[in-house]
Parts: sequence; C-alpha cells; structure tokens
Amino acid sequence: MKKMNKMTRNNLITYLIVIVIYVIAQILVMTGSISSLLKGLLVPLCAYVILAVSLNLTVGILGELSLGHAGFMCVGAFTSAFFSKCMVDVIPTTGVRYLLALVIGAVCAGICGILIGIPVLRLKGDYLAIVTLAFGEIIKNIVNALFIGKDASGFHFSTKDSISLGLEEGGKVIVNGPQGITGTPKDSTFTIGVVLILITLFIVQNLIHSRSGRAIMAIRDNRIAAESIGINITKYKLMAFAISATLAGVAGVIYAHNLATLTAQPKNFGYNMSIMILVFVVLGGIGNIRGSIIAAIVLTLLPELLRGLNDYRMLIYAVVLIIMMLFNWSPKAIEWREKYAAKLKSGRKKNAKEAV
Amino acid sequence: MALLEVKNLGISFGGLRAVNEFHLEIEKGCLYGLIGPNGAGKTTVFNLLTGVYRPNEGIIKLDGESIVGKKTIDINKAGIARTFQNIRLFKDLTVLDNVKAGLHNHYKYSALEGIFRLPKYYKVEKAMNEKAMELLEVFDLHNEAQTLASNLPYGKQRKLEITRALATEPKLLLLDEPAAGMNPNETQELMETIRFVRDKFDMTILLIEHDMKLVSGICEKLTVLNFGEVLAEGDTAEVLNNPEVIKAYLGE
Repeated sequence: MKKMNKMTRNNLITYLIVIVIYVIAQILVMTGSISSLLKGLLVPLCAYVILAVSLNLTVGILGELSLGHAGFMCVGAFTSAFFSKCMVDVIPTTGVRYLLALVIGAVCAGICGILIGIPVLRLKGDYLAIVTLAFGEIIKNIVNALFIGKDASGFHFSTKDSISLGLEEGGKVIVNGPQGITGTPKDSTFTIGVVLILITLFIVQNLIHSRSGRAIMAIRDNRIAAESIGINITKYKLMAFAISATLAGVAGVIYAHNLATLTAQPKNFGYNMSIMILVFVVLGGIGNIRGSIIAAIVLTLLPELLRGLNDYRMLIYAVVLIIMMLFNWSPKAIEWREKYAAKLKSGRKKNAKEAV
Repeated sequence: MALLEVKNLGISFGGLRAVNEFHLEIEKGCLYGLIGPNGAGKTTVFNLLTGVYRPNEGIIKLDGESIVGKKTIDINKAGIARTFQNIRLFKDLTVLDNVKAGLHNHYKYSALEGIFRLPKYYKVEKAMNEKAMELLEVFDLHNEAQTLASNLPYGKQRKLEITRALATEPKLLLLDEPAAGMNPNETQELMETIRFVRDKFDMTILLIEHDMKLVSGICEKLTVLNFGEVLAEGDTAEVLNNPEVIKAYLGE
C-alpha cells in the first residue's frame, strides 16, 4: 500500500511541474517580459513535450526503437489541418471544430501506428526502427506530392500538380503539394496545449501503472519469460505502439493549428525531427516520463536563448548525447551516481532525525 | 489417467536428431526428475512441452487434452508453467510486480479501465496485491516486495521465478536446473522449497537437474535421457543403480 502512495505522489509531482511551468510562462507573457520569439515557441513546445512523452512510451516502456515518430505527427497534422480547413465555414465554433480535429488527427495517426505495428511488432529485433524510419520519410514525401482540391462537385485528387485537379470555377485547392495547406485556422493556444499535455501524462502514467503497463514492461524486460507466463506479446506491443502513435498525432494537431502555412519539410516532419524527439527521450532518461518533459523544454528553449550558438546546435546535441550515454550506462558513472545518491540519502535521513 | 502423457515425441534441427521417440508419463502430484549428460536434450524437451519448439512428431497430452502445436501462451493457459536454466526475471520491475505479472491472466481488467482508473481497477489491483503478497509470504520474499528483481540475491531470484510461475496457477510446474549455481546450503533450502511447493499447492513437478544429491533427495521417479533418447525410467533408486545410466554418466 505504501507503494501506491509513492506512485500517486510521483504522478502528482509530474502534473504539478507542468502546471507550475504553465503558470510561470503565463505570468511572463502577461507582464510582457519574454520576447515575441519565445512567445511563438510556446505552442510548438507543447507539441514537443507530448511527442517526447509519447515516444518514451515506445522507447522506454515498450523497449522498441522508433525512428519515425515525426511521421505520426505529420499524419495527425495534415489530416486535422485538412479537416479544419474544410470545416472552417461549416462549424464556426472553434472549440467543437478543434475537438473534432483532435479526434481525427489522433485516430488517423493511431491507425497508421496499428497498420505499421501489425506486421513489424511480431518480429524480434530492431525492425521497428527500420520500418518507422522509412515510414516517416514516405509520409513526408507523399504529402509533398499530394494535391487535393474541392469544388461544387466534391473533392479532386492528383499527384501531379494543382492544375491537373481540373477544378471548376469557385473551387479551391486545399492541399497544394510542397506548398502544403495554407490558411488553417490558428486554433491552438498555449492553454489548450498544456491541457493536452496533462491529458497525455494522465493516459501514459496511468497506463504504466496498470495491468496492461505491467505486461508491456514485462515484455520489455524478458520476452521469453513474458510469453511463458501467458502474456500476449503482440497484443501488448501493439497497444503501446498504437497509443504512442495516437499521442504523436495529437501533437501534430497542436502543431498544425499554430501555423498559417503547414508544409512537410525535413525540418519539421522529417528524420531530423524524429531524431530530435529521440534526443529528448534519451536526455531525459529512457523510461523517465518527467525527464522527457524537462528535456523537451530545455532543449527547445536553449537554442533560442543561446541564439549565437545556433549554428553549433546539432554539434552540441551530439556531444551532450554522448556525455549522457556515458553518464547513464558506463559502469564508473553508475558507481559514482549510486555513491552520490547514497550519500544524499543518508544526509537527508540525518537531517530528518535532527529535525525530529 | 496420468496428468502429462508424452508419446513418441521427436524433433530434428537440420540433420541433428535432438529428441527421438521420447515418452513420459507423470501422475498427478508426482515429483519427477529428468536427468542426463550435457547435451542430451533435456531443455529441448522442456521447450517442446511449452511450445517454444514444435515437434516433428509425437503426442503431448495434458489432462487428456492435446497441446501439440499450441502457442506458449496458450500452453501456459492450459496449465504448464516453467522456470529457466538462466534466470529470466523482469529485472526492472519490483518483486511484487513480477508476481503480479504472473497473475495477469487470472485477474483481469481492460486497458481503458486502467487508464481511467475506474472502480474495477482499484478492486482488481487490491485483490492482485493481496494474492501476490500471499504468495510472496509463502516463499519468505514479502519483505523484499518493493525491491527491484535484479537486486535480489541469487537464491532468492530462483525462488521468485518459481513464485512467478506458480502465480499463473499451473497444473504442472517445470523447473529447469533450479539448483544451478547454488552452494550446498542453498541447494538444501531449495529442496525443502520444492517439496513444500508440491505439498502446499498439490503441484505436479517435473525438474531437470544435474545435482544428484537433489535428484536422489526429492525425486520420486526419474527418466534418463541420453543423445535424445530415453535410456532408463522408473523409481529413482532403481534408475540410479542401473548400469547403463552409470555408464552414460561416468563412461566405461
């Protein structure tokens, strides 16, 4: 029973951290003490945090490597932006429209996750990494080659250019290939983003500390043993991966509804983005949800705060990554950490005793 | 009728005949030993019984029902649980969670009930905790319930693996070299544990073991395997005095 309390307390601390950061950011915005550049970063930041947390579900809890998380984000972003742009006149209420866009983006990304997961997650080994890597690139390229228009007679598709859509007069191009989707309603706000972060945390943390989460972690720790005690490997792997993809889709929806023009470039939906999310997860600690949040925030804000170092950003990433890996995995570092932790603990106990 | 009935079991890997015309009959409540020199095919037999490998031919019946061709998880549901030669615990989970993972198929609620913390979650988790603690207490592991499995000492890891297997409520428990790597004191304690499991849970146990002290100490019946074939079978004392068996172990 003691553990239950500890577990709930840990979860609550995570929620609290997010709320405190939100309040601080809001105060800073209201007092006008942050630059407009940083202000513009707040909504994408929410998307990054959700991406990091959702990828941690795949990498840290399920123990499979996914290198195409941006692909799921891309699916969520474009399906929801497409929906919002079509429905902007039909559903004038922002709240309802945004909610529907969220559901659509999340469901589409989730379906992609399941479609990819069904064949790949049956295999042992790092196949998921290879397939998701390809998936991310394919989705990006498909979106870049896709033209969709709408006129009185309905939707028109083309993979060539916008002229070959053959739109009637009064028709408009919605998805314009490499130019993407222009004029998505900017419905995402920082508050909505934070609420979605909290919902994501709620889903992920509660999943981890439930029967299903235990099964997922059992598979991660020892697949053969998990099978021998009757855990359905494919089902739970698929469940974790689909939830992870769905949440990435949610992040995509936030991201898409913050931009006037949504285009699929390597920078936002390509390999670089996938790796950046992975960096958040690795730096924050694999399997450590709270760490992912903090790493996502720090690594998003840092380059902006250190504008002058921007050219070296990727270089610093690489170096920091290597240092973190050493810190996390080298025997010497582990030894040092344990020693330090023990010291800290005994020190605290002593303090507590003195206080009593 | 015997609880486990195996007839004419065989499997080849490429040109290697790993197990050939293997047969076994275990009565309910029996403590049965499977011995043989290294490479005789003992673990292969376990893997055949638990569905890790699919036999080329033969019959395996548990409680009169054929389990040949079933998947590992279905065989576990049918009532066979096992431990491994090299311990396979969920090392980053706590001792308690290891046992609760074993309870997976007996205490159920859906993922959604878990995520949204519906009343059923609390009810089932509570029952799971109680059952798991009860099992841990039987094996004297309850004080380490919150320890990570990988931080347990070796002997206790073995015990935890048996506990986890028992949590799946099997009819037949397979132990693959439970005494491997143990000192004489730990082996002695393990013998008592195994006998205790049999009596307390009314369990049927089949074990692979090299430690002859353990085998002669607790096994009621034995099958000796050599080069994938049954060399001898029967009551323990009888089998261990069989000149063929002595020859297989010690040479001429």
